[in-house]
Amino acid sequence: MANLKDLKNRIASVKSTRKITKAMQMVSAAKLRRAQEAAEAARPYAERMEDVMSNLTAANKGSPSAPKLLAGTGSDQVHLVVVATSERGLCGGFNTNIVKLARTEIEKLIAAGKTVKILTVGKKGREQLRREYGQYFVDHVDMSEVKKLGFEHAKGIAQNILARFEAGEFDVATLYYSAFKSVISQVPTAQQIVPVEAAEETSGASYDYEPSEEGILTDLLPRAISTQVFKALLENGASEQGARMSAMDNATRNAGEMIDKLTVTFNRSRQAAITNELIEIISGAEAL
Amino acid sequence: MADVMKFELVSPERKLASIEATMVQIPGSEGDFTAMANHTPNVSTLRPGILRAVAQNGDITEYVVFGGFAEISETGTTVLAESAVLKAEATSEFLDGALKEAEARLEAQTDNAIEKASAELALNDVKSLLVQLS
Repeated sequence: MANLKDLKNRIASVKSTRKITKAMQMVSAAKLRRAQEAAEAARPYAERMEDVMSNLTAANKGSPSAPKLLAGTGSDQVHLVVVATSERGLCGGFNTNIVKLARTEIEKLIAAGKTVKILTVGKKGREQLRREYGQYFVDHVDMSEVKKLGFEHAKGIAQNILARFEAGEFDVATLYYSAFKSVISQVPTAQQIVPVEAAEETSGASYDYEPSEEGILTDLLPRAISTQVFKALLENGASEQGARMSAMDNATRNAGEMIDKLTVTFNRSRQAAITNELIEIISGAEAL
Repeated sequence: MADVMKFELVSPERKLASIEATMVQIPGSEGDFTAMANHTPNVSTLRPGILRAVAQNGDITEYVVFGGFAEISETGTTVLAESAVLKAEATSEFLDGALKEAEARLEAQTDNAIEKASAELALNDVKSLLVQLS
């Protein structure tokens, strides 16, 4: 049995761990609320954008003059896999789940003989993918300096992707991120961003376009992609905090259980020591 | 009193306005235009400029908008601006940032003549906006 001093130290260390996890849980609760508000605030823009885009894309899908971003390059040989994860760990299975989904898709693509290129956003996903797929990495977007996620960050990533598309580096781009369902449920999601998926139906309203329909479409497609990336990043942010919150909640609870167990052991061995001493004294007294 | 329509101004980060307006002056890329109720359905891209919304009681709210587009339908007018602020809140830092971005865009375009021209136009738009504001 461990001696009393060791046990005492152990209890003290678990207690301070519990304090830390508790603090982290509260911090992520506050951050989660902010992230949710940001996601909420971005929703009207994304929704309107989708409306207009679906009108435009449905009308243009079949036309031979449709921009490449909409119609695709006519091949699907080279796939760009964009994996958006967090910059920090200690958030349960958040990063692992995204990476797992991306990994199965990458394996499928490789098995089908496609060329895969990987663009990572956020450090954690990059670390997890490096060992197996390091040779496919084309770029990495570092978000560690980003305090508050703004549209310009999403725009930067979208421009990076678009520049590669213009240069003919890939045919299809898919974004992997975690959709925020609730604090306890985040769903890793794959979304194709290039070529833009066209809607099937239109709302029927016919608009006058100024400048021309194609002009608007060329202007809008990059914006729509930025918006999609922005939405994904916001969802990711909320998911990360949600995942961290529940992970830290679990950790706090486990630490509490551990402290209880250790305290019982500590008390028991203290009692054993006392009993031992008493026996020694009594048997000493009897011997006299 | 003139008819009213629903006017919404949203940027990716937040919703700036959602009011009943009698008319909205929009800086379209092909020239300014004013949308009123029962305007024909229209989609237009924006250039950097000042957007004026007149509420039902005659209050005028002015916004500085950069990029994006306006959608006018039977139900109302929606402006999706890439970035937008109240005119009163448009600090010089914010505007300088926009100017720098436009300049950087022009510098980045050297080989493509069409892109270069459009970048130049954008820069001019920002410049004239700065003149209007100062």
